[in-house]
Amino acid sequence: MKKVIYLDNAATTKTAPEVVDAMLPYFTELYGNASTIYELGGSSKKAMNEVRETIADILGAQENEIYFTAGGSESDNWALKATAEAYRAKGNHIITSKIEHHAILHTCEYLEKNGFEITYVDVDENGKIKLSELKKAIRPTTILISVMFANNEIGTIQPIKEIGEIAHENGILFHTDAVQAFGQLPINVDEYHIDMLSASGHKLNGPKGIGFLYIRKGVKIRSFIHGGAQERKRRAGTENIPGIVGLGVAARRAAETMKERTAKEIALRDHLIDRVMKEIPYTRLNGDRIDRLPNNANFSFQFIEGESMLIMLDMEGICGSSGSACTSGSLDPSHVLLAIGLPHEIAHGSLRLTLSEETTLEDIDFVVDTIKNIVERLRSMSPLYEDFVKKQAVK
Amino acid sequence: MYSEKVMDHFQHPRNMGEIENASGVGTVGNAKCGDIMRMYLDIDENGIIQDVKFKTFGCGAAVATSSMATELVKGKNIQEALQVTNKAVMEALDGLPPVKVHCSLLAEEAIHAALWDYAEKHGIKIEGLQKPKSDIHEGEEEEEEAY
Repeated sequence: MKKVIYLDNAATTKTAPEVVDAMLPYFTELYGNASTIYELGGSSKKAMNEVRETIADILGAQENEIYFTAGGSESDNWALKATAEAYRAKGNHIITSKIEHHAILHTCEYLEKNGFEITYVDVDENGKIKLSELKKAIRPTTILISVMFANNEIGTIQPIKEIGEIAHENGILFHTDAVQAFGQLPINVDEYHIDMLSASGHKLNGPKGIGFLYIRKGVKIRSFIHGGAQERKRRAGTENIPGIVGLGVAARRAAETMKERTAKEIALRDHLIDRVMKEIPYTRLNGDRIDRLPNNANFSFQFIEGESMLIMLDMEGICGSSGSACTSGSLDPSHVLLAIGLPHEIAHGSLRLTLSEETTLEDIDFVVDTIKNIVERLRSMSPLYEDFVKKQAVK
Repeated sequence: MYSEKVMDHFQHPRNMGEIENASGVGTVGNAKCGDIMRMYLDIDENGIIQDVKFKTFGCGAAVATSSMATELVKGKNIQEALQVTNKAVMEALDGLPPVKVHCSLLAEEAIHAALWDYAEKHGIKIEGLQKPKSDIHEGEEEEEEAY
């Protein structure tokens, strides 16, 4: 098999070997149900509670504020729907941003059909939420502000502390989708006034199908899955112990290596951005140049289309992603790229590359060289580029 | 997701490029939706398509359908070229995923647009050819601006 350069770590990550090693005994030997009284079940419960402590420690939270879920989308759905239900007597208004993940946006659309009013606050050209608009959107009936910690497509990190303060000062709950940020950025729920936080295991070298929702003590939030008494009666279902154990190892590992790992990723990411911007004309960097996830680069190459680029990259063993319509299954390109003001045709030519701790300088140089050739080839095939060149010649 | 033939035509597009002083040029599609196809036809005095070239902005299927369409019309007369439907293009490519069927429609339209341009330039009427509706050659050009 040819060498694969995996630069789609915002989609999912490779499960770390020590994560898999830690999980295996919970399939084969320590398979007990954590709700039972015998020792076999007790070992499952003990392992689970240790993970709760680990995650609480990382966030500066209490262990009884961590609720395991099946992943980021479930956590987002739970946070929004259950808050809406529990606080309906207080109001029916929720504020979010235009660049949230679909797990938030589609849940908001569902709530709108059920009598809730949602304000989708604009972002600036770098993808940062407009705080003045956020403040203006607040009403007496506002019960929740939900803004993602960092964007999955363009990597922009939001001013979470400021948003948390605004929510706190106005007595409004604050939820953040931290699926991309948890494990990549230091997060303290008290410092940022976060009342709820969603995270997922498979974005930080943990297993798929496991995540958690942090819910601050005192927040009234209803059960999402009804049934047994698991997760303090708020999320029924026999716990996914292997997944939880894997999440714990992955979270601890991510927290312990964060400083060193992200410093290395930032250096490589900046090398990637610098070379692409310098060597490929008519290219735009999407997302904030400074406040961006350590491993994220997102470009728009004018006059070409993203899916073609991805197929050609794949032929060279490079895995990336695009916000073009063809990759979204609809006719519209990414809502995030449109929200930062890109015209459709430029949004179609976007490429997201997300690095991992395994990415090397050689990988990046090979990737840039390959992108250069692909962009040149696709432009030579593009009627948009032909028109542009002819127009330049007339000038 | 794509057939081997689609991948082959994407990786090795046939007749990609431009024809200077072409007998007819047609551009269809819309940058907003992410596909634009341009066809160049070189038609001799007997109405035979001697040469054909294309340029496409779009996904893998858009490139492959353009490429296949050029192969299907090359050497044909105008009436034969008009019979090259999107179905014929799809069949020749061993099918397309459902979300990509519109690419084959675009390829058919691109040929028609180029033939329409040829007819207009030469003051003739081609039996059975309708004015293509999505020719975007005029107007939208102004929107393109480089950084």
